[in-house]
Amino acid sequence: MFGITAYGAYIPRTRLSKAAIADANDWFDPSLRGLAKGERSVCNWDEDTITMAVEAGQDCLSVLDAGSVNTLYLASTTLPFLDRQNSVVVSQALNLGDSLRTMDVAASQRAGTSALISMLESGAGGSGNALLVASEHRRSKCGSRAEMLWGDGAAALGVGAEHVIAEYLGSETYVTDFVDHYRGEDSTLDYEWEERWIRDEGYMKSVPHAVSRLLEKAGVSAADIAHFVLASDQAKTPAAVAKKMGISAEALVDNHIGSVGVSGVAHPILLLTAALEKATAGDLILVTGFGQGTDAVLFRATDKIKNKQPKTGFAGALSRRREDANYNRFLSFNNLVEREVGKRGEMDKQSYLAAMYRRKDLLTGFVGGKCRSCGTIQIPKENYCVNPECGELDSQDDYPMSAVQGRVKTWTADRLTFDWNPPAYFGMVEFEGGGRLMMDFTEVEPGSIDTGVPVSMHFRIRQFDNQRGFRKYFWKATPVQQ
Amino acid sequence: MASGIKDKVAILGMGCSKFGERWDASPADLMVEAFEEGLADAGIDKNQIQMAWFGAGIDAFNVGSSAMPLSIALRLPNIPATKVENMCATGTEAFRGAVYAVASGACDIALALGVEKLKDVGYGGLPQRTRGVENDMYWPNLSAPGAFAQLASGYRAKHGVDKADLKRAMAHISVKSHANGAKNPKAHLQREITEEQAINAPYIAEPIGLFDCCGVSDGAACAIVTTPEIAKRLGKADLVSVKALQLAVSNGEEAGFKTWDGSHIKTTRIAAQRAYDEAGIRKPREEISMTEVHDCFSITELVTMEDLQLSDEGQAVRDVLNGDFDADGRIPCQIDGGLKCFGHPIGASGMRMIYENYLQFQGRAGDRQLKDPRLALNHNLGGFPHQNICSISIIGRYE
Repeated sequence: MFGITAYGAYIPRTRLSKAAIADANDWFDPSLRGLAKGERSVCNWDEDTITMAVEAGQDCLSVLDAGSVNTLYLASTTLPFLDRQNSVVVSQALNLGDSLRTMDVAASQRAGTSALISMLESGAGGSGNALLVASEHRRSKCGSRAEMLWGDGAAALGVGAEHVIAEYLGSETYVTDFVDHYRGEDSTLDYEWEERWIRDEGYMKSVPHAVSRLLEKAGVSAADIAHFVLASDQAKTPAAVAKKMGISAEALVDNHIGSVGVSGVAHPILLLTAALEKATAGDLILVTGFGQGTDAVLFRATDKIKNKQPKTGFAGALSRRREDANYNRFLSFNNLVEREVGKRGEMDKQSYLAAMYRRKDLLTGFVGGKCRSCGTIQIPKENYCVNPECGELDSQDDYPMSAVQGRVKTWTADRLTFDWNPPAYFGMVEFEGGGRLMMDFTEVEPGSIDTGVPVSMHFRIRQFDNQRGFRKYFWKATPVQQ
Repeated sequence: MASGIKDKVAILGMGCSKFGERWDASPADLMVEAFEEGLADAGIDKNQIQMAWFGAGIDAFNVGSSAMPLSIALRLPNIPATKVENMCATGTEAFRGAVYAVASGACDIALALGVEKLKDVGYGGLPQRTRGVENDMYWPNLSAPGAFAQLASGYRAKHGVDKADLKRAMAHISVKSHANGAKNPKAHLQREITEEQAINAPYIAEPIGLFDCCGVSDGAACAIVTTPEIAKRLGKADLVSVKALQLAVSNGEEAGFKTWDGSHIKTTRIAAQRAYDEAGIRKPREEISMTEVHDCFSITELVTMEDLQLSDEGQAVRDVLNGDFDADGRIPCQIDGGLKCFGHPIGASGMRMIYENYLQFQGRAGDRQLKDPRLALNHNLGGFPHQNICSISIIGRYE
């Protein structure tokens, strides 16, 4: 049996109130008010496609042995680097070792489903598991419909032959150069065509083409589909497509437009994680991906599905939220306004690539050292053991600490230093089992930090070097209760 | 066993510029201002100085590297001059170099001068600067208040002190230093404040508020040192000598091992004990007449009282609120206003502390003159609570 072996989800905690978007923009476009229901997920300033991919990947690895992963595909149209393999950054942050196939899959809203089909059809994983992570940090114009309906998020799937929770039954792709929107090589934002045309000539024709071929091939009746994933920012279109194909309305997986927003390439995979969370053994799950045609993939849930709930999952990620009604902050985080950063923010942030490479185990993998002589755990790993009673030279073995919980030892909220979202919270974290580090905190609610508060580690953007188009990553601490 | 520095070197002359926002003064102007005072006080000719040590803390925004800026500004006669830098402890480092040179017999008269020009950067607080290529990749962007504010969290956790009580003690420290600074014409900040002002000021880095922070100032200070014998020969009376000069530098243990509790400065405890031993001080609380400590932030001064053994552990809040370190308390602290109000031009601060000792011992401290001081302890701290450089000098009457 071959198919999905695990899944994980990540939705940024910040949820921007859509009323705030309408309040700021309906002077220009009153129709936005009608879309202003609920909230949407928003990346924090220190989150991007890579960091969300790491979070989703970690969630998936909570039920999948990292040592079994021999392939990592990262699907996105918002990859931070055009030339630097983004999936390699993710693989190293997930400590997947140096012997695996990695690839970035991009350039279409169905990049996630296409990558998934490629993995399933090639038998990627072999005796181990292949990991697919789909992640999207969506960019849209200020005051646009897209801004109102889209969100940020990521999801991960394990694919393999052992402990399969959803058996792969087949796939089909209908290909047509249907340009509902596009983004050229010099643009950061999409250009879109008319919504009604996209519905009538796009979704309503393209999806049934692919799905009908697949169902026929698999010998499955549309009425038997228990979970149908069709990601769309058109609220009523998925239901219309389902009805046209004879898929029951109950099977339709909610697009969560009013709670997450449509997260681009990540969305079909994210909705699939929502379906997997609810599926019971025997359920047929149909996943589609729409973009220059349609991908359609069919799975059947196995009896192992109930025992493979990840640590957070879709429901967990959805409920872990922080309301935000500050539209200006959202604009600022997405570089949609030219913002005063103060002179402290002007400091040069050159990235010294040779030094970064030398320190990549610490910076990307959060790998510390454990002394062979005295057992002391320390981070960073240095030449001499930090234990004054020991002090051995070259005695430390690699000790990955990204999954180790810590506790706040000392802390502050700094309003003097530069931060994209002041105050800057940081302090000393003491890790379970040993080791301590002065580090940044992120996702801190005022009043939630004090000495002794447990924290978990999260891969985040440390700094932007806007002068040279680079960004640096490192790990930050977040209160566990949040 | 080394015999230590006690009474081997005397101060021949000292000078200190006015500290403050010296918009119209260049680093050279500040150096000359301090130097001319020191030279006149020493009563010697510039050409009698044989070696020089130059302290400047922040390269990028000050005078640049090397000792050339000193030699050029003062037109020194091509004598050996060395620049030293040890973060905020830089001033005492320059002094240490000059004192050791004299003590070793390498020269008879040496100059130590520290200068910092902080107000050319265009914003308040210490300049944002690189911490080194590798450190910048993972250290938080911790500002100085952000680093020292954490002492408060560590102290509260260790001693179970209520937030408001600690803040009140911190306010008391600042109110006291402002009162002292108001009597010092060279001080950057010469205005008294109230406890309410200090407590209610906006946070810079929780729980450090505006009035918990020291002044960020331009300034220079210098010392001309020689042996007591030469000083006497040159006609110097009321000699002031060096009793101890100690330095303790973190090795990463506080930051990386499990022992440090975040409530105190480990290096201060080490350097203080070494300094007491070097000076032959057995009972610091009875023998020390005054202290100038590195009150970059009020919380630093508070924990330093314990680290110097002047308060029992966990009792600094009580002692501070009791007025023990006020101008009329049992051991006056920052009688010149301290970093808090005299100001903190990094490279000059350690020397400025010694300058105040020197004035006090010579009875030249004006309105803030203490009654018959015998021994002064100066505490000059560079870095952060979790990794730092602590320099301690003990200065006293040469008896």
